[in-house]
Amino acid sequence: MAAVSLDHALVLAAILFAVGFAGLLTRRNLIVVLACIEIMLNAAGLAFVAAGARWGQADGQVMFLFVLAMAAAEVAVGLAIAIRFRQSLKSLDVDEADEMKG
Amino acid sequence: MTALFYIAAVIAVLSTLMVVTRTNLVHALLYLVVSLFAVAVVFYTLGAPFVAALEVIVYAGAIMMLFLFAVMLLNVGADSPLRVPGWAWVGPGVLVGVLLAELIYGLTRATQPLAGGEVGPAAVGDALYGPYVLGVELASMLLLAALIGARHVAARARDEEDARAASRRGSPPATPVAAPPRPDPETGAGDAAGDEPDAPSAPPLTAWEGDS
Repeated sequence: MAAVSLDHALVLAAILFAVGFAGLLTRRNLIVVLACIEIMLNAAGLAFVAAGARWGQADGQVMFLFVLAMAAAEVAVGLAIAIRFRQSLKSLDVDEADEMKG
Repeated sequence: MTALFYIAAVIAVLSTLMVVTRTNLVHALLYLVVSLFAVAVVFYTLGAPFVAALEVIVYAGAIMMLFLFAVMLLNVGADSPLRVPGWAWVGPGVLVGVLLAELIYGLTRATQPLAGGEVGPAAVGDALYGPYVLGVELASMLLLAALIGARHVAARARDEEDARAASRRGSPPATPVAAPPRPDPETGAGDAAGDEPDAPSAPPLTAWEGDS
């Protein structure tokens, strides 16, 4: 392991996750919120792949594939919901959807 | 390879920050593509070339295509000019250029894999269809459910939009000549689900005028 240490890869994953989470909390455009969720899922997958590469096992990459499939499913449903959202609220601002007083 | 990792990591963090901070949606999505490419290079330097390729194909290809279709369908940039101004390409262009240089360097010179050795596609495939085959089946079920769910949710939106557009189109002139041919294909396909295909005039007309 002369090259990249696992710690640094995990730090990168943590930074990406934190940036995506900050975006998720601060942005109000629904599509950008979905993109931030993608960033967070990607960071989680990066942690899986880094851990798998650390021990030279394929399991990390397999887990990344499952994360990938889940991200694809999530974004498909999420964008369909975005279309409904836009249609019923005439906006993409997530703060508009406050009818449930969440 | 170590330097490649750190350069790609810096690019990933920078472009992700740009995704979060851009106010223009299309610019944010451009930077998201750069971020995904950078993470793909990180995967490559970590000795996972198969996952790096999948990251580009599935994330930067398929999922970004979904985002672009959503931008197109929602007509998000309708108020902004259609052409992205020239300076908007500079940031993603420079970042992608650095990534491209890294990839070329990594593919031609530094062929030495790092860490615990490269885990190639064959090993991943063995694991995927060996101990994890149940997970693969579950993932396929999940994708099918997402496909049907997305179609259901979005199609209902489109049907309602069609009905509203039809009522908007029909109400101001209220001409009985143009009115009857419109509703039977649309409302019949939408909510009535074709229960009475031969009686088009009476039920759609009432639903129409009730809407408007």
